Amino acid sequence: MTSETIFVSSTFREPEPPPVSDRGPVRWVRAHLLGTVPQVLLTLFGLWLLYVVVPPLVQFFLVDAVWSGTNRTACLPADVGHPVGACWPFIWAKINQLIYGFYPAGERWRVNVVYALGALLLLPLVLQQVPYKRLNAIAFFGVYPVVAFVLLTGGNFQLRHFLLGYLGFDALFPRVAPGVSVSWVFWTDYVLSSVLLAALAGGIARVVAGPDAVRGAVRTVATIMVPLALVLLAVDVNFGLEPVETRLWGGLLVTLVIAVSGITVSLPFGILLALGRRSSVPLVKICSILFIEFWRGVPVITVLFFATYMLPLFLPDGMTIDGLLRALVGVALFASAYMAEVVRGGLQAIPKGQYEGAMAVGLRYGPMMRLVVLPQALKLVIPGIVNNFIGLFKDTTLVLIVSIFDLLGAMRAAFTDPNWATPTTLFTGFGFAGLIYFVFCFGMSRYSMALEKRLDRAQRH
Amino acid sequence: MKRILLAAAGLLSLVGVAHASTLDEVKARGALNCGVSQGLPGFSSPNDKNEWTGFDVDFCRAVAAAIFNDPTKVKFTPLSAKDRFTALTSGAIDLLSRNTTWTMSRDTTLGFNFAGVTYYDGQGFLVRKSLGLKGSKELEGASICVQTGTSNELNVGDYFRANNMKYREVIAFATLDETVKAYESGRCDVFTSDKSQLAAVRLKLTNPADHVLLPETISKEPLGPLVRHGDDQWFDLVKWTYFALLDAEELGVTSKNVGEMVNSANPEVKRLLGTDGKYGEGIGLTADWVVRIVKATGNYGEIYDRNVGPSTPLGIERGLNNLWNHGGIQYGMPVR
Repeated sequence: MTSETIFVSSTFREPEPPPVSDRGPVRWVRAHLLGTVPQVLLTLFGLWLLYVVVPPLVQFFLVDAVWSGTNRTACLPADVGHPVGACWPFIWAKINQLIYGFYPAGERWRVNVVYALGALLLLPLVLQQVPYKRLNAIAFFGVYPVVAFVLLTGGNFQLRHFLLGYLGFDALFPRVAPGVSVSWVFWTDYVLSSVLLAALAGGIARVVAGPDAVRGAVRTVATIMVPLALVLLAVDVNFGLEPVETRLWGGLLVTLVIAVSGITVSLPFGILLALGRRSSVPLVKICSILFIEFWRGVPVITVLFFATYMLPLFLPDGMTIDGLLRALVGVALFASAYMAEVVRGGLQAIPKGQYEGAMAVGLRYGPMMRLVVLPQALKLVIPGIVNNFIGLFKDTTLVLIVSIFDLLGAMRAAFTDPNWATPTTLFTGFGFAGLIYFVFCFGMSRYSMALEKRLDRAQRH
Repeated sequence: MKRILLAAAGLLSLVGVAHASTLDEVKARGALNCGVSQGLPGFSSPNDKNEWTGFDVDFCRAVAAAIFNDPTKVKFTPLSAKDRFTALTSGAIDLLSRNTTWTMSRDTTLGFNFAGVTYYDGQGFLVRKSLGLKGSKELEGASICVQTGTSNELNVGDYFRANNMKYREVIAFATLDETVKAYESGRCDVFTSDKSQLAAVRLKLTNPADHVLLPETISKEPLGPLVRHGDDQWFDLVKWTYFALLDAEELGVTSKNVGEMVNSANPEVKRLLGTDGKYGEGIGLTADWVVRIVKATGNYGEIYDRNVGPSTPLGIERGLNNLWNHGGIQYGMPVR
């Protein structure tokens, strides 16, 4: 009997790698680019398209481009001796105009500080890993706008009256010699008004809801008046900054100011309006509908034009509203109306069961919306919201018609400098402006996608 | 719609604006509000140092210099063609110096006064040199590029009809840049626009030397500053600032020699510079108002040469804008 040796492997064999044709980039190419006949055709079409578009762009913006010079002669083919692509020295010469507008040269550091501070506060806010989100949010949405406002305008507004002053009690207040950095008349007025308001609120609360409610009412007044005082103080104090009129702002500064304030105002207002439109209180509902439909029904250009040139005719003599502020308010109201409809779409997508469930566990309207409905609704409409933001960012350029030069407006003005009039100035300028707009819009778009992914874990298929 | 808005604005301005004199308002404000173009080569455009420069801009500066002895005390409001009149009516600006053609309807129905013609412009033709044309009478059968909605479009039709010529087609484009591109790419043989604009457009062509301006001018485009009705002193001030610039050139007073010219014995120079008589007081200023203007911006010729003249990239010859005694029609009324 011969013994047969039986081989028994004690370990699993490593699987062989798939054949070369079925792994790595080769497989990817076969699966995605060359899988079927239509795919092959599409791939060829894509390659052809790239061939048609990319080399000329590279040729124009990089290879044939002129990189240095002091005036138009640097970019003229006749002087350079070869076909000229982009005329980059034009951008270098106009870069201050494009970033700061007519902001005085000596004060530009203030704009830089605002840019830097904004980036410094925004970055940790959007990065998920960084802690202290609440503090960061307060800093960005509460403190930063005030700091930016004071830095950009120069602050030192020399406030004159508060409530009592407007009611005609101006003479009551002591006149303190000028030279004091804050206006005492205003602040005495402010403190007295606050105390009166608190007393009034307390009194009403006592009559309506009994003595226990007094403390709450006074506290409510305090939570409004104290932060307001801080904001007004920041605006009132003379920090020794040269005042800079908004008329002189321009370029990217204006684009960002309008876009950022439009974005930060439109989201909360849009949510309130959307809730208002779905409210069961008829007055709230009608007001919301009227507001939304009015602003959606009127072209933004008409409103900007009216606010700039017609409004001054109706205002009392000597009263003016800052031009940029008018544009800001107009844009913010518009964006809010559009945002409201996006949010309403989200609210309507939440099944009734969610509302009923929230009510069943005893939540009132506020907490129900805040804890159950809105988080789901907003998550659903992130693409729509960001779409609105991107649209708003690009719409800011409409302020050009009311003589505010945003990035594109500053660019157009720069085109008219005869010292830089060359055949390619126009394309260089628009290419550069397009690049800047792209960076911002693409950034927003990528962030929204990352946010969606993060919030969408529960529903991922 | 625009008409109704303008009319409404006009009515309101009668109520709202016509009290304090414009000069007092400007003095109290500490700056002149001047409406200029949002960008027109040679007339108003920001330079590399972020300052407004140009022919129209310098006129604003001259008025500011007359009032404040400081040409920087101007707040420029860049206006588009359709907003310019509303801005002036509403009082947002004191003076509109924005290459605006003096026409009867603008002068009479809109409630404005033109203070003079600071620049005589006119429509011309830009053609390729290779066509070998001598004048615009030879344009029979040409295809013509023009910007739509401008008076240029109407003028060119009128011109061909008046001269019994036929064009092949008139191709109109919405923006200037499109029109220029179309001309350059060969869509049409001729590009027509105001001559000052043609000079600017030529700079943007790949080979400016291949293109030539035909000598004829087929339309009258007298450009000048304008002010609101209702304040004749202010109207006088703007008008005489313009005349003073011309008189200064005629009498040889320049920004360089004005310091010495003050001591000149020439009676005309003495009256102009205020060493004899107090003519400046007639417009609410002091006697030496012209000294301030010329020191700040130079005389008319200096302003012209600096912004649009032959030594600038635009290189526009003086032509009609030369002084009356040098073959042009610029004529400054005498100070006396």
